[in-house]
This record gives sequence, structure tokens and C-alpha cells, in this order.
Amino acid sequence: MTRKDVLDLHVGDVVLIQGLLVTGRDKLHTYLFNERPPKERIPFNLEGTILYHCGPIIEKTPQGYRCIAGGPTTSMRVEMYESRIIEEYGIRGAMGKGGMGRRTLHALKEFGCVYLHTIGGAAVYLADRVKRVSGVWKLEEFGMTEAMWILEVNDFPAIVTMDAFGKSLHDKIERKSRTVLKELLEPHRVG
Amino acid sequence: MIHLRNAIVELYRKAATSLPADVVSALQNVHRKEKKGSNAALALSVMLENISGAVKTVRPLCQDTGVPVFFVRVPVGLSHLQIRSTVIKATQIATREIPLRPNAVDILTEKNSGDNTGIGFPVIYIDETKGRNLVIDLMLKGSGSENIGQLYKLPLEELHAERDLEGVRKCVLDTVYKAQGKGCPPYIIGVGIGATKDQVTRLSKEQLLRRLDDVNRYPVLSRLEKRIIDDVNSLGIGTIGLGGRTTSLGVKIGINHRHPASYFVDISVSCWADRRARMIWDMKSSKYKIQN
Repeated sequence: MTRKDVLDLHVGDVVLIQGLLVTGRDKLHTYLFNERPPKERIPFNLEGTILYHCGPIIEKTPQGYRCIAGGPTTSMRVEMYESRIIEEYGIRGAMGKGGMGRRTLHALKEFGCVYLHTIGGAAVYLADRVKRVSGVWKLEEFGMTEAMWILEVNDFPAIVTMDAFGKSLHDKIERKSRTVLKELLEPHRVG
Repeated sequence: MIHLRNAIVELYRKAATSLPADVVSALQNVHRKEKKGSNAALALSVMLENISGAVKTVRPLCQDTGVPVFFVRVPVGLSHLQIRSTVIKATQIATREIPLRPNAVDILTEKNSGDNTGIGFPVIYIDETKGRNLVIDLMLKGSGSENIGQLYKLPLEELHAERDLEGVRKCVLDTVYKAQGKGCPPYIIGVGIGATKDQVTRLSKEQLLRRLDDVNRYPVLSRLEKRIIDDVNSLGIGTIGLGGRTTSLGVKIGINHRHPASYFVDISVSCWADRRARMIWDMKSSKYKIQN
């Protein structure tokens, strides 16, 4: 994705992704954040890619790796790392579930990136949209769950829930639920 | 014991690759009620397709095969130690064969054991029963939803929550509000109330074994469960947290006696992919059945 592609996306858009996803969850984020490996030491070009918060089940077959199950993990756990990773590695999409916070929302706007929400728990459905597992990095060191997998996907569904214009569907839903919660917590509510 | 070990592997397979009928039908109901074309409806149709795809291809329906939590009821005379070691062996085989994602990570070395076993992993609760059958309940507790669980000590001023059932209701609402969509709603919510921290956390998890359509034996709690479902749904968080009419499929409350000074409330939350299965093993014939 380019910056221009990102600017075409708005909160609420449903997208079907074609192309490459790069997985990364807790360990990869702390590694990129703390060790700051230079781009040339990473075997894939992260610029313009989508970083998918996912710890898949991958099977090794004689024909190569196969994705058995690959749904999203909770993105908020990597909130403190994501903004700098967006800035330094030039990723154009972060994808996971549950949404992310202020710091990431700010980075999306500043560096031109979107947050894509896919469907938690739908691991078989999503794995079936992975056409090929085309590479892996840090498998030995991090293990299957935490390694960086390169997945070639076709019609992989997601919803834009945070865009590069500072809008977040999660903020909107949180605000609305907070108003209802306040009413429900009132000391002497009738009903 | 080899026969039992193989049966536990099968129990794992059932729990990981299919959902209980009551949960599936609850999700279908939610799907019918959501507005066509909404985020919730879109997500639910993918979720339902995912469930049938997992069953058809016998693959784990979620890549997070969770923390396996066993609740075992053992007839008098059967060795608890032997049950424990059989469960551990079955876990190693199930992880390799199904396959399950290995999730047991050493706190000190950060190494994943690779076979879902380790210190206190899987979690195994064993109780003795007067019954003739060995009954093993297995829950594959996904960690997205485990992470949003909360423990409360009442009274709690910030929620205006006093030491009563009204206070308990407020705790549940606070938990769900804070969770938003992070734990894969619609949620199934287990609540445990009692005297000590360790006791209520187990009690709340045990509630998640109850079928969605079962009725609490205490009418006052049954009414409270229904009321909390309505309140939680009114928060509008919805399926996968992107808005919608249903945020909770069920609320189940369990109680113990408490100390005069203490009123602990624990909330355990399950994601929509509520993976549980039960094996009933006849001690006389060594015949068993597995259901979920």
C-alpha cells in the first residue's frame, strides 16, 4: 500500500485484502521496538505492508508450510510499540482485533497508515484465505506463534475501524457505551 | 489408562474443532436479529461459516487453542495422580495430532514448551464424586477473553457498588465496559461470589461450563442473570465490538458463603468461541461418550 491508498480508506469501509500480510505479535513488537534492527537485516521489505497481529497454527508439509488456523489476536497489547514501528518501518496497515489506542491513532494520521479489524475467532475461515505461506523470520528464536510469517492472501476480509484522518470507530462505541454505563450505575435506578 | 488417554485426546479434538449446540444456536439467533449489512451481521456470517468449516475439516476453530482447563469428577478409589499424568500425556499427543497451538511459556526462560504442558499447565481441578462415572469437562480457555476478566472486592465506591447483588451487577457491567471488543464478543460471562480470592476465580470459571439454557437454582440469581444480559446488551458494544444489539449470550452466577468482612466477586469471560466438551466414562464397562 502507498500513502495514497491509505488516504482512500475511511472508518466503516469493508475491504478484501489481496497480496501480502506479515504477522507479528508480542515478541516481534518488543524485538522491533527494543532492538531496532535495521531494515536490511529483515529478510522482507516491510514498507507498505500490513502487519497482522496473529499467532497462527502452521503445519510443515513436504510441499512447504500450510496455515491451519489464523485469526487475529488482541491488538491493544502492542499499543506501546506500534506507533514507532509504523514510523520506522513504514508499514501502511496494522490489522488485528479489538482496536488500538490514542498513540497508534495519532501515528496513523502522522505517517499514513490504517487499522484494520478482522474477525476474532474465525481462524479456519481466515486461514482458508491464505493462498500460500511464502516465508518466515525468527522461527527458531521466537517459535511458531510469535514468528514473523509472510502470508499471501486472497479476499481476506477486514473492516477499517481507525483511519488516517484521526477517526476511530472504537472511540465512538466506547463513548456511547460509557454514557449507557453511567445510567446503569446510578445509585437508585428504578427498574 | 491408554484407553482413557486416547479418549482424552478425542475430548480435546471435540472441544477444539466444534462448538456446543447451545452456543451455535445462540449465535444463529443473534445473526437473525442483527441489521442486514451491519458490521455485526457481516462478522456473524463469517463466524457461522467458520464453525461449519472447522467441523468439516476437523481443524481448531480458533488459532488460540487457549489454556486447557480440566474439571474432573473422580469416583471413589480411582487415583487422582494417575488421572493427572494421563491428562498430561493426552495433552502432548493432542497438541501434536490435532494440531493445537502450543501455548505453555516458561516464566523464567520465556521458552514455549511446545506441547502445552508445563508447571501448572494444563490447569486440572479434581474432585471426588459419589457417582459411578468418571466425568471430565474440558474448557479451552482463549486468552483474549481470559485477559478481560476482573476480580472485585466490594464495596467499591467508584462504581457505587455495595455488598449486595446490585453491587455484583455493577461489577459485571464495569468488566464488559472496560473489555469493549477486545475479548471477542458476544461474551458468555461467569460470575463467582464468595469469601476468598482463589475460591471465587475458580467458581466463576466453573459457571462457564453451564449450558446457556440452564436455569439457576436460585430464582433471585436467575432473575439477576437475565437482567444483567439486558444491561450488557444495552451497552451497544456488539459482536466483535463494532456495534450491535447483542454483546452477551449468557450470564451465569455461582455463590459460596462469605466472611462477614469480605465480599469478593470474580468475573470470568468467554469469547463467542466457547469451547467446552464433556466426557462421561463408565467405570464398569470402560465405555465412554463425548459431547459438547
